[in-house]
Amino acid sequence: MNFSIKPRSFRLSACLTSLAVALTFATSSVSSQELKIGLSSSPAAVDPHFFNNDAISALCSHIYEPLIAIDAEGKLLPTLAVSWRAVNDTTWEFKLRKGVKFHDGSDFTAEDVVFSLDRPATIQNSPSSYTTYTKAIAGKKIVDPLTIQLTTAAPAPLLPNDLTRIFIVSRKAAENATTDDFNQGKVEAGSGPFKLVKFSKGENLQLSRFDAYWGNKPAWSSVTLKFLPNDPARMAALLSSDVQLIENVQANLVSQFKANKDLTVFEKMSNRYMFLYTDHRDTSPFVTDKAGKPLDRNPLKDVRVREAISKLIDRTVLTERVLDKLGVPNANPAPPGMFGHNPNLKPDVLDVAGAKKLLADAGYPDGFGITIFGPNDRFINDEQVLQAIGQMLTRGGIATKVQTQPMASYIPKASKKELGFGLLGWGVGGGEPSSPLRGVLATTDKDKGLGTSNWSSYSSAQYDSTLIEALRTVDDKKREKLFQEAAEIAIKKDFAIIPLYNQVATWASRKGVRYLPRPDEATLAQFAHPE
Amino acid sequence: MLVFLLRRLMQSGVVLLVMSLLVFVGVYAIGNPVELLINPEADQADIERTMAALGLDKPLWMQYLIFLRQALAGDFGTSFVHGTSAMQLILHRMPATLELAVAALLIAVVLGIPLGLWAGLRPDSPSARAIMGLSILGFSLPTFWVGLMLIMLFSVQLGWLPSNGRGASTEILGFPASFLTWDGLQHILMPALNLALFKISLVIRLTRAGTQEALLQDYVRFARAKGLRSARIVGVHVLKNILIPIVTVIGLEFGSLIAFAVVTESVFAWPGMGKLLIESINLLDRPVVVAYLLTVVSLFVMINLVVDILYSLLDPRIRLQAQAG
Repeated sequence: MNFSIKPRSFRLSACLTSLAVALTFATSSVSSQELKIGLSSSPAAVDPHFFNNDAISALCSHIYEPLIAIDAEGKLLPTLAVSWRAVNDTTWEFKLRKGVKFHDGSDFTAEDVVFSLDRPATIQNSPSSYTTYTKAIAGKKIVDPLTIQLTTAAPAPLLPNDLTRIFIVSRKAAENATTDDFNQGKVEAGSGPFKLVKFSKGENLQLSRFDAYWGNKPAWSSVTLKFLPNDPARMAALLSSDVQLIENVQANLVSQFKANKDLTVFEKMSNRYMFLYTDHRDTSPFVTDKAGKPLDRNPLKDVRVREAISKLIDRTVLTERVLDKLGVPNANPAPPGMFGHNPNLKPDVLDVAGAKKLLADAGYPDGFGITIFGPNDRFINDEQVLQAIGQMLTRGGIATKVQTQPMASYIPKASKKELGFGLLGWGVGGGEPSSPLRGVLATTDKDKGLGTSNWSSYSSAQYDSTLIEALRTVDDKKREKLFQEAAEIAIKKDFAIIPLYNQVATWASRKGVRYLPRPDEATLAQFAHPE
Repeated sequence: MLVFLLRRLMQSGVVLLVMSLLVFVGVYAIGNPVELLINPEADQADIERTMAALGLDKPLWMQYLIFLRQALAGDFGTSFVHGTSAMQLILHRMPATLELAVAALLIAVVLGIPLGLWAGLRPDSPSARAIMGLSILGFSLPTFWVGLMLIMLFSVQLGWLPSNGRGASTEILGFPASFLTWDGLQHILMPALNLALFKISLVIRLTRAGTQEALLQDYVRFARAKGLRSARIVGVHVLKNILIPIVTVIGLEFGSLIAFAVVTESVFAWPGMGKLLIESINLLDRPVVVAYLLTVVSLFVMINLVVDILYSLLDPRIRLQAQAG
C-alpha cells in the first residue's frame, strides 16, 4: 500500500458530541493507482444473476457488462451491443461488439448472450429473480456470431431497457458455475473494466484493472470497495483517509463537508421519485373524524380531498429546509431529461386557502383525522419529512398523526394495504418511467402483471388503456407521448398519488479524486478519476 | 459428573427448542421477507414464485416442522438473502467475533485486575480514587459513543489507527486470525478497547471489593504475623481467594461480549457475526437470525459449563451438583 496518512496539524473542535464537527487538516498523498471506496450497503453476492438488487447490480457493474448500459445521464448506452433495431413488432435484432474479451481470455459471441439470458431462470433460490426481465423472451436466434434476434410473444418495445439489467457472462467460464463459485471468484466470466480479486462478504470487494478491456481503461490499477453501512463509520473512514470516496453522505454533514477544503462533495438529482400513496377504497383503516372516531366514508376517495392534500404540502420547505437541499420538487415519474418526461406535469405549490375551499366543497369544511405512515431508516431524513408533512396537513385542518417504523416492518404492512396513507420512494431505472406507471398506478391485475405496488388501490379505465397501449407501442415517439398522457391522467387529473420530490444523491471524496455522479445512485470505480 | 453433564445437555436442548420457536414466530409476525427483498419491478407472479422457492408459501407450523426436521439432520436452513447455508454464514464470521471478544477479555483482565488490586490495597489514595472514578465512566458511557470518540481522536485527528475493518489475516488451524500481523493488531486495538471498556470497569470493581474483604480475613492477618512479604500475601493469598467471583463473572461476561459485540462491530465495521445479525434482521432473513441465536445460546451454555468446571478446580470445597446430591 503506497497510500499514507501524514497528519501535520489538527485542532480539537470545541464540541465533542458529533464526529461531524471534527475537521482534519490531514494531508494525504493519493496514489492514482489505488482507490478505496466506502459503500453504504453490504451486498450479499457478486453473482450477476442471483439477486435482482440495486446494490448488487452496482457492485457487479465493475466486473460484468450488459448489452446496453445506462450512462451518467440516464440514457441508453451501447455497450456489448453496438446497435439494435426492431425487425417487426415482436422481434428485436442486436448487433454485438467485435473484439470483446472476457476475463478468462475467451471471445464474446452471441452464444454468451443466449447463455446469460437463460441463466437467471436456472437459479432456484433467488430472493428476487432476474427473470422479471427475461421472461418476455420467447425465442433466441443466433444469426451470426455477432448478431442475435430475440422474439417475444407480445410486442415488447421495452426489451432494450429490460436488457440493461441483464449482465452478460462468458458461457465457457460460467457454464456449470454456482452462485458460490461466483462469490469465491472461481469463475472469470466478466468482460467489465475490473477483474474480481476477492469478495469478502460483509467486509469488502477487491478488484484489479482488466488490461484487455475493450473500452476506456479505468485510471485505477486496484480498487477496494468497503462495505460500511453504518453512517458514522463511513464518514469517519473518509475523514481519516481510510477511503478516498464515499457514497450517501450523512444528510446533516453535507454542508460541513462542502466547507472542508480537503473534501469535495458531488451531487446529482436521483431517479428516486418520492410520493404519498392515498387510499381510494370505500373505507380506510386510519381515517377518523376530528374526535378520533373511525369514519365509515373514506374522504380520500374524493379527488378534491387528494388535491387539497397536495396543495397543503409546501415542497419548497421540504426540499430546502427539511432535506437541507437534498431534494428537488418534482411531480413527474420521469424526471427532466428522461424518456417520457411530461413538461405539463408540475409540482403543486402551497395554496392553503385553495385547499380549504376544496375540503369544504368535498363536505369536510372542518377537515378530518388521518395517520400517515412511513419508514425511518430508508430515505434521506424520511422521519423528519413525514413529521413536516403531518404539520402541514394539520395546519390545513386535516389532523394528522405520524407513525414511522423500520423499512423491514413497514413494507410488509404497507403492501398488504393495512396502512392506507404513506410515503414511498421509487427508483425509476432502465431509462424510462414504465416501472412506476405499471407497478404503482395501474389497476392491480395479477395475470397482466400490473399494479403490484398499487397501494393506493387506484383504478382508472382511461389510465389503464393508455398505459397498456403504450406498453405495446414500438414506435418511440408514440410511446413517449402515451407515457406522458398516462402520467397526466393519474397524477394531474386524478391525484392517484401525491408527488413530492426527487432525492439528491451525494458522494464525497478526498482531494485528488473526482466522481462523475449518476442519477441511478450507483457508485462505480470506473466513474472516479484522479484529479 | 456424567449425570451433571447429561442433565445440562437436556436443559440446553429445551432452551434451544423454545428459543427457535420464539424467533420463528417473532420474525414471521413482522411480515413477509419477500415483499422486502424482491425488486419493486417484479410482478405478483414473480412474488409468488419466489415465496414458493423460499418455502414461505407454506403455513407457519409447517415451515417450523420442516425447520426442525432439517435441524435434527444438522441443516439449519438456507439464508433467504445469501442463498447459502445460514450456519455456514455464521461460522464463517465467527472467528472475527471470537477474536474481538478474546482480545477485549484479555484487555479487561490485564488492565482490570491490577488496577482493582491497587485500588483495593490503597483505597484512600488519590490514584485509587482516580481509578474508581474512571471505572464509573466506563460503566456509564454508551459503547457506540465511546467508539465514535475513539475513532475521532485516533483515526481522524491523530491518524494513528485505521478507523474501520479487520486487518490482514493469517491462517491458524484453518481459521483466519488477524492478531499475528502488525496491520491486524492496529485494526483490532480500538474495537477491542471499546468493547472491553465496560468489562474493565466491572473487573476493577469486583477485584477492589474482593481485595478489601480479603484483607480483613484471619488468614491474611496470620500471614502478616508470620512475617511474609506483602507481595506474597497479595499475589498468592489474596489474589487466589478473590479469583472465584471474578472467574464466574468473566466467564459469563465472555458470552455477553460475543452476543453484544453487535454495536462495536457496527461502529468499527468489524466483519463479525453481530454485523451479520443486524443486516439479517433488517432484511428479515429468518434462517440467519435463528442460526445466530442458536449459536449464541449454545456458546452461553458451553461457557457456563466451563465456568462450573473451573470453579471446582479453583475451590476444592465446591463440588459439582450431581456428586453433592
